[in-house]
Order: sequence, then structure tokens, then C-alpha cells
Amino acid sequence: MTPPLLRLAGITKSYATVQALAGVDLDVRAGEIHAVLGENGAGKSTLMKSIFGAVQPDGGVIEWEGRPITIASPVAARSCGIAMVFQHFALFESMTVVENVALALGERSSLSVLASRLTEVSSRYGLAINPGQSVHRLSVGERQRVEIVRCLLQSPRLLIMDEPTSVLTPQAIDQLFETLRRLAAEGTAILYVSHKLDEIRRLCDRATIIRQGRVVGTADPRQETASRLAELMIGHSFPQTERRAKREGAIALEVAGLDVPADGPFGTALRDISFRVRAGEVLGIAGISGNGQSELLAALLGSTASAAHSVMLGDRPVGALGAAARRGLGLALVPEERLGVGAVPEMSLAQNALLTAYGQGLVQRGVVAMKRTWAYAERCIADYSVRASGAGAPAASLSGGNLQKFIVAREIAQGPRVLVLAQPTWGVDVAATAFIRQRVIDLAANGVAVLVISDDLAEILEICDRVAVLASGRLSPERDVHATHAAEIGRWMAGVFIDAEVVAA
Amino acid sequence: MTLSVTPLVASAIAAAIPLLIAALGELVTERAGLLNLGLEGMMLMGALAAFVAITHGASLPWALLAGMLAGAAGALVFGFLTITLQASQVATGLSLTILGAGISSFLGRDYVGYRAPATFETLPIPGLADLPVVGPLFDLNVLGYAALLAVVGVWYFLQRSRLGLHLRSVGESPAVARSLGLRVNRIRYGAVLFGGAMAGMAGTYYALAQLKMWQEGLTSGNGWIALALVVFATWRPGRVAIGALLFGGVTALGLWLQTVGVGVSTFALASLPYLATIVVLVSISADQQALRRHAPAALGKPFFDGD
Repeated sequence: MTPPLLRLAGITKSYATVQALAGVDLDVRAGEIHAVLGENGAGKSTLMKSIFGAVQPDGGVIEWEGRPITIASPVAARSCGIAMVFQHFALFESMTVVENVALALGERSSLSVLASRLTEVSSRYGLAINPGQSVHRLSVGERQRVEIVRCLLQSPRLLIMDEPTSVLTPQAIDQLFETLRRLAAEGTAILYVSHKLDEIRRLCDRATIIRQGRVVGTADPRQETASRLAELMIGHSFPQTERRAKREGAIALEVAGLDVPADGPFGTALRDISFRVRAGEVLGIAGISGNGQSELLAALLGSTASAAHSVMLGDRPVGALGAAARRGLGLALVPEERLGVGAVPEMSLAQNALLTAYGQGLVQRGVVAMKRTWAYAERCIADYSVRASGAGAPAASLSGGNLQKFIVAREIAQGPRVLVLAQPTWGVDVAATAFIRQRVIDLAANGVAVLVISDDLAEILEICDRVAVLASGRLSPERDVHATHAAEIGRWMAGVFIDAEVVAA
Repeated sequence: MTLSVTPLVASAIAAAIPLLIAALGELVTERAGLLNLGLEGMMLMGALAAFVAITHGASLPWALLAGMLAGAAGALVFGFLTITLQASQVATGLSLTILGAGISSFLGRDYVGYRAPATFETLPIPGLADLPVVGPLFDLNVLGYAALLAVVGVWYFLQRSRLGLHLRSVGESPAVARSLGLRVNRIRYGAVLFGGAMAGMAGTYYALAQLKMWQEGLTSGNGWIALALVVFATWRPGRVAIGALLFGGVTALGLWLQTVGVGVSTFALASLPYLATIVVLVSISADQQALRRHAPAALGKPFFDGD
């Protein structure tokens, strides 16, 4: 039998206080799609970085085609034929797509030749991107396409994909899977890191499950149920979200005929957006990032002003008000970008709590009440079981899931009348995701109006009562989540409702 | 008193050339993510080295080389402290300015008042140099022509060459650049040394083409104006050239007003370029979007390269 393409044996890695990897074994064969399952903090990304040469393991053996090797750097990994699509994109904001690709390829072909190759590969794999566009104008979804195409251009023998589908439509996911299956059939090995169990079960041939730096099992994901895989991954039974009885109240948030100009030349203008959210219900707005989501969020938050009556909180027209005034009227908001918008990375959790919760008696006579601020942050940490060293921990030191739990806690603890969440569980592990979703459902059951803007369709279907889709700056008709299905929403995500006559359900 | 345009343009260009040279060097340094506030110091060191070399019998090309090497030596100190030792760029740059000013006035004290035995003279391009208004553009010394070529050269290097792409990526995000396998520190040293050599050339211009004698602090704060120019130009070479001409024009206007004798203190007139700098910087800062779009994202931030 030929040796596996890549074999890891007893890989260990410790950081100052934590052991990230405690002896991991893994083998990947050419042509297989191999899932690596694990919660955030389980050691998945450290393991992937060890394979990609970005982290040097303390111990253990890495074999490539049966020969032990040391992968000293990402460059060495790339020259072996290992490519990686990062969850946090490694792109240069101010440069164009093709310049970014050129930097990674390190070839001496001219940019125009590269641009045409890029267009060809991107259209072959259904990942439309414009090579001449600046990356800072791209949405999260488009940036990921750039990352994927950049890897495909290197014709890798092992492709590592870290949470790749979080920003794609169901149809685009199908297309990506098609691509990955074709690559696998051509002999490329694929390491697929994800927490989306249904996708792993659809796509992967084998799965290695990691918990707290150890391999806790390997499985054939097609033979296992999703809940069994989840149990292996988190070590106890899978938390299910539970729906609560609905008590719909008065309209708490109303958007009527909202037009917002595009956020820059490559943004998407919003045209004639109207929806209502009643107290006690959850409205979901599905759709892929870059279709006006950031513009809608800015218009709701108040960082973009609009006509006064186009946004109403209860019976107050707030379209012309700023963010602080809207928060004063009971609006709370969890933005898409945790680090940089939701929280200031370098500041402590206590200071970050102060940023939006200052109205909760944390500032008295113009002076910050340090003890109260500290207590407020500690309460958020305790109530949402945020894994952090304390209220003094810098926001950047938390994992994505824990920071998101903290931000959600901070917003909910303000007792809002309307809560808006954008991509609430993007890059968040299973346990934290279930936790956050349950809190959102409970919050609505307690009479708060909740709006969820997300491109994770499963999430929308799980927690929302009604759903509409934002595509190309227009809002689709609404559906009760029980009266629709993924295929219909997927078509809407692609913008099909805009020109076609929509037959009423 | 009549205002004839062509001589005014000529003196504007003469004042613009050294600003342009120094600012182009600083632009390359900053695009690699390093803010070298020591421009003035490196210019003074370059000026002194060139002047000493020419006084002791060196030919003009050797004097220019000496000036550029002296500027680069200053830059090397800056690079070692900020790249290798990751010291604060702002503090290091300011110290370099003080150091350059101190060294040049200390070592230059015996040369004060001396005339340079050889100087860079203009080489008019026949026919073109006699054109009205634009004629002075074709009546420059060799450093002036080099400066104009450098505008195109730096633009081409940054926007069209692979090494330029590497350099920009290092200025955007050294961590990502390193993960792509680029030698971040090597590229940064290269950019800093280029900036130093250009500063040295600008200093040489003041010593051997403009004043043609040695005096203490002969760059008279123009290093700071060149620094401001880079921001004014939002880190783009073409705009640096326009900005340099603008500042040169303001300087020339001040000089002209002095010669025709308006009833304003000459000190007030001499401060015109600095006032213009402040006005322009304030108006540029008003457009935060443009600043953020073009500023190298990692500018001024220390980066630890390697394990």
C-alpha cells in the first residue's frame, strides 16, 4: 500500500500556559476529502498552521509521501504543494485582486496574463471575481472567493480549507463542493476544517475529531448522524435550541421605503427596503454579504442617516438620529465584525463593555464608574460563560466564539427593545453558536423585537419566525420559515425574485 | 513692478527639486511601512559630506556619491534601531534629525562661509529651454533632470514592478507578506536606505547646486516640508511632484515679494512655505477617506520578523 500523502504522528505544541496540541495523529491520502472537526480552541487551527508551516510543532513527526520533513515556513509548505484558505483572510486591503494573487504565486508572469488566468479559473469554478477590483471594496464573501481562487491557481496537492462555506449561498456551496470533489478526483487531497456537520456529512470521506488538543475519534461522516459527530466533538450531548411560545406585540422596528446610497463605488445601494419587526418575533434577513448588508446595518445603527420616517423605533422616527440617540431609545446591535466594530481589540472587556453600555449607570456625572463597569463586564462573562481571564482581558485575547458571546451579553444586558444581530455566529464554535441562538430565541420570547442579518441559511431557518432575502440591494418578499425551504431562499439569494413575478404562497 | 512669469517658474522649480528628491525617497520608505522623521538630519549629513568631499578635491560625481552614502548611513542607523531592534520609529526619526543637525554643524564649523570649488550648473536643452513658462523645466542641472526621471521611475517601480508590489505589501501588512514568504526586513532595509540616499542627494543639491557654500542648517527645515509633501501627495509620486512645485512656487513668490519690496517683514514672507504646509495638511486631513485609502496600513508600526 502506498504511504499516505501526509502523515502526522504525535504532534505536540504548547504556548506559554496552554497545551494546544497534545499528541495528534492524522493521515491524509491523495484524492480524499478529510474533515477535521473540533470546537474553537480544540487545536484545529494550530494543527493546520503546523501543516502549513506557520507554526513549528514542539514534538512529533510530519511525513510527506512517506518521508519525514520539516515544514519550516509557509513558503516551504507551498513548494511541497500545500495551499491553505484561511478563515481570517490574508489579503492586502489596498491592493487589487490580481496584485494579491501575484504576491502569493511568486511567479514572474505579468499581471495582465495573470488576470486572464484568474478570470478563467474563477469562472470554471463558479467563483466570479473581478481581477482589477481593490480588495478593500470586497465583501467578506468575495474576499473568500479571492482566497480560494488564489489557492487553486497554485494547483496544490493538498488544499487546506478553514471554515470555507460560511459566506456562500446554498447553490454556491453546491458549486464549491463540486469543485472540491473534482479536485479530489484529480488526486488533490483536501483537509476540510468546519463545524457545519451536515456539510461534512455530505462532502467528506473521513473525519478526524479533535478535542482539547487530542484526537478523540475518527469516523466516516456519511455513516454517522450529525448529533453523534457533535457529541464526539464537544464531549457531551449536543445542545439543541428550543423554540418558545410566541407572543407577538406591537411593531417595535419599522423600515419603510428606505433608500441608502452605496457605501463607496463598489458598495450596493439599498432600494426601497421595507419591513416590520414586532415585539416578540425574530425576523431573518438572509443573503450573501455584499448585497447591501453593511449598508442596511449602517442605516439601522445610525452611522448612515436617512429620511426620518424611513426608520422607526416604535412610533419614533429615528432615520435622522445618530447611533447614541437610537441606543438611548432601546436599540442594541451586534455588528458583523467583532474585532474593530463590535469591540476594540486592544481594550479590556470592561472598557469594551463601557463603549455601548455606558447608559447602564456606568458613567456618573461624567466620570466612569470603574467598579460598576468592571462588575458589568464580570456579569456578562459569568452569565454567558465566556472563557476569559477576567474583565481585564483584552478583547483580542478571546477566541471568536467567546468574544461574540461577550458582545451579545453586553448588548442583551442593556435590556433593549430592539436587537439587531449581523452574522451572529460567523466563525463561532458549535457550543457557543447554540448558546447564542438560544439566548436570541429567549430574548424574543420575552418581548424583544429581534432582527437577524445572516448569510448562514441554517441559522435563519433555526431561529427566525419569518425570513426575507437581501439581494443586490433589494428585499425579497417575506415568508414564514415553516412555509419555505432552502432551495427557494437560495434562488432568492441569487436575486431571482427581482425581475420575475413572485407567485404568492 | 511687473510680474514676469518665466523667472518665477524657474525659481519655483529650483526650490522644488530638492523637496521632490527628498520626498520621493521618503515616499518609498513610507510605502514599506516605515515613518522616517529623520529626513532633515539625513539631508544635512548628506550636504556636509558632499561639501567636504568637493572641498578636498573630489569631482562632482564623487561628491554626490559621498552625499548619498552619508544620507544612507543615517538611514542605516534608523533602520537598525527600528527594523532590527524595533524601537519607536517616531522617537528614532526625531533623534536622527537632531543627530544630523548636530553632526553637520559640529563637523562643518570649519567650513562655514567657504564657497564650493565646483558646483552643479544648469544644462539647458537647446530649443526647449527658451520656451516661455515651461522653459525652466528644460534648464536644470543634472540633479534636477534626475529628480524628474525619478518621479516616473518611482511610480513605475511601485505600481508596475514585482519588487514594488512586494514593497507595498510589506507596508500594508508585514505579517501577511511574511506568510507569503517575502523577506520583510530585507525589503524594509532596502526602502530605508533608498530614502536615505535620496535625502543625501537632496542635501547635496542644497550645498552644491543652490547655496554653493556651506552654512549651518542650510536645509532650513525643508526636510520637514518634504515629509509633509508625502502626506499631501497621499503617498503617490505624481502628486509629490505637483506638491513640490506648489511649495516651490510659494517659496519663489515669497522671494519675489521680498525683492520687489512689499511692506511686509521678510521674516513673515520667508515663513510662507511653512504656513502653506499647515494649510495644505489641514485641508488634506479633512478627507479622511482618501487618507485611509492610500496610507500604507502598517505605517509606523514595529514588526517582529522571524522566530
